[in-house]
Amino acid sequence: MAKPTTDKSTKAAEPEYPLTTIAVVAPIVGWLIPGGGHILLKRYGRGILLLVSVVAMFLIGLGMQGRIYKPNGGDILDILGFVGDVGSGALYFLARIMDWGNVMAANAAADYGKTFLIVAGLLNFIAAADAHHIALGKKS
Amino acid sequence: MTFTLSHFSAAVVFALFASIVFGITQRNSTMEQVKYGLYCFALFVGGVFLAGWVMALIRR
Repeated sequence: MAKPTTDKSTKAAEPEYPLTTIAVVAPIVGWLIPGGGHILLKRYGRGILLLVSVVAMFLIGLGMQGRIYKPNGGDILDILGFVGDVGSGALYFLARIMDWGNVMAANAAADYGKTFLIVAGLLNFIAAADAHHIALGKKS
Repeated sequence: MTFTLSHFSAAVVFALFASIVFGITQRNSTMEQVKYGLYCFALFVGGVFLAGWVMALIRR
């Protein structure tokens, strides 16, 4: 004879941090506009600092004649370079539209510039993930 | 507009902005964020000096 099931056993465990609309929108806005996710969540100070940091790194990278990677399916390092660059969101698309960073300079400064551009994107990914955690309530 | 930073100044600028983002994203309260940001900056710059000395000693 089957045992009667209780509510506790049949009901799926509710997530501790339920996914809300803002938890989806904030990281997308944060990716497109560095710091935008934090500003959307009313963390104005943090958002502005993130905006300044990512934009400054991106502009310094361009100023040092860093190369912007295009979508590619070749060398793994080129693919990873593209993934890093695209993390800057709107800055990446603006640079592609304006044809910035389309240089093949072979000097140390250009190599540093390329690194600045990639790291600006990667830091923006971290900032977007942080906005997601704040929106979920995992972080204050 | 193009400009050139020396290896050291590029490393310090990199450390500054990366530390700001790490501080904000990895800690909760403002005080903890400032402390962690300064800690990251010190590690970045300290690492630069350490690597510099190691390379200088290897070169000798």
